Amino acid sequence: MEMILINGVAFVAIFAALMVVFHRNPMVSIIFLIINLVCVALFFLFLQAQFLFAIQLVVYAGAIMVLFLFVVMLLNLRHEEETRPGGRIQWTLALVGGIGLVGLLWRSLRGRLAGPGATLGGFPDRFGNVEEIGRLLFGDYLLAFEASSALLVVAMIGAVILARRNES
Amino acid sequence: MKTSFLPMVSAVLFSIGAIGVLIRRNAIVILMCIELMLNAVNLTFAAYAYEFRSMTGHIFIFFVMTVAAAEAAVGLGIVIAVFRRNRSSDVDDVNLMRW
Repeated sequence: MEMILINGVAFVAIFAALMVVFHRNPMVSIIFLIINLVCVALFFLFLQAQFLFAIQLVVYAGAIMVLFLFVVMLLNLRHEEETRPGGRIQWTLALVGGIGLVGLLWRSLRGRLAGPGATLGGFPDRFGNVEEIGRLLFGDYLLAFEASSALLVVAMIGAVILARRNES
Repeated sequence: MKTSFLPMVSAVLFSIGAIGVLIRRNAIVILMCIELMLNAVNLTFAAYAYEFRSMTGHIFIFFVMTVAAAEAAVGLGIVIAVFRRNRSSDVDDVNLMRW
């Protein structure tokens, strides 16, 4: 039963990803990207990462995708992309490269999950919850955490300056 | 939960995102494909964190999400600036610095 559910989520995630890439209307792409993000969030839930499940939904599917939606609506991008000379070669090369990339990634990742989990046994008490994440963030990874706050401030200032109307 | 198939799902999602970056010309869709690739990597991190019973992967996912948020904000700012300049978000039209 659980495996059927997980396989269904995986199938929906891959289908939604394909629709993101191959649908011509950016609006529809965004809706399918949200579906894909929700599927990944469900995987986090299956993998005992409850806190990440929550922030995946709130930050990613909520905040970031609303930002994308705003920009697409603001720019009114309804027109379709016309095909250009050389487009067919580009498509063929991209598809061949993509399939090759799947093979390469699969070859390097295959068998690495063969099952230390079986020997490691049960989970630590607080695996995946807010308490343990907070302990790690403010303990072992404090410097990275502070650096990411600086990154967010810089990104915010940069976005404001980039999107500002030119006065001159 | 059996996790051995998750790297395959993740590899497929990552490659779909890479194909999207290569074949689409709308800058916003390209940014969305980058988000797709970042999410595929997050999925791998979560699978390995589960399998090795270690929460370091969760911390990495947290930082990847932070970087994705910053990247989306700056990227969409650039798209708006480009759109204001030449009335299109097609990356082929952005050739100011092309040699």
